[in-house]
Amino acid sequence: MSMVDEPLYPIAVLIDELKNDDIQLRLNSIRKLSTIARALGEERTRKELIPFLSENNDDDDEVLLAMAEELGVFIPYVGGLEYAHVLLPPLETLCTVEETCVRDKAVESLCRIGSQMRETDLVDWFIPLVKRLAAGEWFTARVSACGLFHIAYPSASEMLKAELRTIYSHLCQDDIPMVRRSASTNLGKFAATVEPAHLKTEIMQIFEDLTQDDQDSVRLLAVEGCAALGKLLEPQDCIAHILPVIVIFSQDKSWRVRYMVANQLYELCEAVGPEPTKTDLVPAYVRLLRDNEAEVRIAAAGKVTKFSRILSPELAVQHILPCVKILSVIMGMAHVLGKDSTIDQLLPIFLSLLKDEFPDVRLNIISKLDQVNQVIGIDLLSQSLLPAIVELAEDRHWRVRLAIIEYIPLLASQLGVGFFDDKLGALCMQWLQDKVYSIREAAANNLKRPAEEFGPDWAMQHIVPQALCKHLMH
Amino acid sequence: MKGGEGGDGALEWKFSQVFGERTAGEEVQEVDIISAIEFDKSGDHLATGDRGGRVVLFERTDKKEHGGNRKDLEKTDYSISKHPEFRYKTEFQSHEPEFDYLKSLEIEEKINKIRWCQSANGALFLLSTNDKTIKYWKVQEKKIKKVADISMVPSKATGKANVANSSVASTPKPHLANGGHTDKSYTSLSNDLLFPPGGVSSLRLPVVVVTCNETNLVARCRRVYAHAHDYHINSISNNSDGETFISADDLRINLWNLEISNQSFNIVDVKPTNMEDLTEVITSAEFHPTHCHTLAYSSSKGSIRLIDLRQSALCDKHSKLFVEQEAPGSRSFFTEIIASISDIKFGKDGRYLLSRDYMTLKLWDINMDSGPVSSFQVHEHLRPRLCDLYENDSIFDKFECCLSGDGQRVATGSYSNLFRVFGRHPGTTEATTLEASRNPMRKQVQTPSRPSRSLSSITRAVRRGADSPGVDANGNSFDSTTKLLHLAWHPTENSIACAAANSLYMYYA
Repeated sequence: MSMVDEPLYPIAVLIDELKNDDIQLRLNSIRKLSTIARALGEERTRKELIPFLSENNDDDDEVLLAMAEELGVFIPYVGGLEYAHVLLPPLETLCTVEETCVRDKAVESLCRIGSQMRETDLVDWFIPLVKRLAAGEWFTARVSACGLFHIAYPSASEMLKAELRTIYSHLCQDDIPMVRRSASTNLGKFAATVEPAHLKTEIMQIFEDLTQDDQDSVRLLAVEGCAALGKLLEPQDCIAHILPVIVIFSQDKSWRVRYMVANQLYELCEAVGPEPTKTDLVPAYVRLLRDNEAEVRIAAAGKVTKFSRILSPELAVQHILPCVKILSVIMGMAHVLGKDSTIDQLLPIFLSLLKDEFPDVRLNIISKLDQVNQVIGIDLLSQSLLPAIVELAEDRHWRVRLAIIEYIPLLASQLGVGFFDDKLGALCMQWLQDKVYSIREAAANNLKRPAEEFGPDWAMQHIVPQALCKHLMH
Repeated sequence: MKGGEGGDGALEWKFSQVFGERTAGEEVQEVDIISAIEFDKSGDHLATGDRGGRVVLFERTDKKEHGGNRKDLEKTDYSISKHPEFRYKTEFQSHEPEFDYLKSLEIEEKINKIRWCQSANGALFLLSTNDKTIKYWKVQEKKIKKVADISMVPSKATGKANVANSSVASTPKPHLANGGHTDKSYTSLSNDLLFPPGGVSSLRLPVVVVTCNETNLVARCRRVYAHAHDYHINSISNNSDGETFISADDLRINLWNLEISNQSFNIVDVKPTNMEDLTEVITSAEFHPTHCHTLAYSSSKGSIRLIDLRQSALCDKHSKLFVEQEAPGSRSFFTEIIASISDIKFGKDGRYLLSRDYMTLKLWDINMDSGPVSSFQVHEHLRPRLCDLYENDSIFDKFECCLSGDGQRVATGSYSNLFRVFGRHPGTTEATTLEASRNPMRKQVQTPSRPSRSLSSITRAVRRGADSPGVDANGNSFDSTTKLLHLAWHPTENSIACAAANSLYMYYA
């Protein structure tokens, strides 16, 4: 008896602290929920602890989040799979709170539990839960419902499946944009559980409606659906239904949608396969590389290397390279193209990119210097490099100045002492007196590395005197 | 919309309620002066903000079923024959005065704008802002619960006096017989502890009891969107996507996500490289009611720009520019100053945009940028007095404007606590002047009998827009210190809420 008593005090305290005023204590108790459950035993956990937690739905978000997480792994503590369904009510409540992170965690936990539940239990408990949430008065419940369909659907009867598909379709047309967004995000997961026959008809219909939604944010999410759905369809259906959507999206009025297309392009290409990629997606991609909006160009540029791998080198040179003149991330191309092509074709591009109007583009080139060096050698660039560095070092936006400072150690090691002494030293001294604190700090920190590399003698000769000089002048 | 209508379709306005009315001779406390008024989307709630940083909420009382199923209510043959009535609901301190140490400036706690957000789970949400910081508030009814029973393990073991004594929430850390500190014991409470199979029966869970049926209205600040504006925030506006909103100061407009308070995107920046070249600032900004990508903002030079957020990440290029061409020969020293737009509002359908500059209200069709569809003179009799108004700075007063829910009428405030309502149909001559008082028609009614007739005869006799004689105390005394800057029109009813200093007046028609 006494052996058991001693550890009970902390547990009793833990239990009491579930309702303590201090949030840290409540949090701590919630995180030890499994211990409390073991102390109470399975039956009491089912009959007392879980109902107790179900009522605890207006606590702080942190506490609710911890609770949602704990419940997701609680099956062993309530007596195993047979009783898994008792965990659903508290999680259902958590699915309706307005704090998004709590809802998301509750949905995650419900999915985790649902994927382990027996089919009969899913039909008896889980599916009704999903239907309740989908019919919820407040949008929060309906948003959460969308994330549960892929678990509920497989175990349903034919009739129930039809019902679930209809409900999902209604959620995709909900008045509240947030619900439509959730439906759009989860469409891929849901579609993966739907039979091919219904996929081609109902699901694709839902998808097409979402791609024409008024709200940019809903269409944005449908772009991701393209890749997911593409993988599920037969190639010819993919070409018929998904490809046109991608092409339309690549010309969407909203730059954010085009940005998403640029970001997803590789996955989209994989989904449609090499032939359609060559005929339809290359032109779309080229358009994105030339887009009006810099953000879209940069996103597209980031995929150049990946995209070019799908194409043959000749095609890459023929189609992609010409418009890559205005881009930054072409270093990787060097390996794809080989050394000679690189020198002929890429060097002029590098040089012109060092003069691009966007600081980001110039910074990007400079950050990839080691890659350039490997293929074509730094000497060819060093003439153009310095003006580019000086311009960035004096940019009026301090964050641009900060970025170039961070590259100083790299430049120093690549270009060597001579270059540094002649050209960069003066710049560094200038930065040590910049009016922005972060710049001065970064400059001081970034001088350490060259000093380490070039050795203490060099530092004694080149850094210390100048720094002291500046210091004495003030 | 229902409502009493006068002769040519003009509405007859009647006093409904007043909140915070001062007794005669009572001094107005500066902190109580109302600085923002906003109805929520349903019209069931009204929020006001004051110079002291408080937000006061009112709720509608005249609907029979409060909180009933909205769909059922709509289906029943229930006509709201009474006008909207409101009662005080709750209040909370939204902003406190702050001090900017870097610039040695005080940051006023005055609420500049309030905007309601999407309701969820029966709680109310709104954004309120002062000059620098925007806050997202949740107001919810909470049942008063008490933890009625906490039970520890009965004090069987000796030597643990402090544990046995503790009963309620603040349990002191118990010390174990083996001297271990509680924290250590927690970590040692790992899964290697063995419990008897049925669990320990002596442990009991706290029982939470609802001790009474009372509820408390609790306001909690859910997000603080700070440090994003160098200049004073003049507007906030929610996007129809339910997820984002903008905040605008003199030179910049930032886009926020409601969920993320430590980051915002700058989408408009009109700051010139050289501040000496500054000629135009942003005065007001609003999202289109249904198009999530359209934003309008007005300037101190009298122009309104419509921008399409889809076009680029930084929206410095407008897609439409609305400026009224200056009438030739009308230029005066004050022309530019009075052209400054103090407020813009979209109509519910999103087709019309209302703007208020110092002397007029202008209604624009967003499809037509050559000029406004209509122009209403608010207080033309002040034109000869612009010099005086400039001397006492009144010329810089920022009046708000509003449209009725059906878009048929527009309203704005003026001096001497007057406000004006205009019908916007071509062909209508409706132009009403009311005073924010218990008897809003007092100054207009010429014959005491049959007030409605004399009212309409006055409005018919009067030139469109200009004041009728006698509306304004003639000659020298219009009162520039009593200005009605803030007003709001109920979204579905012909009901106006307006502020005269610290008093909130409500009228219906």
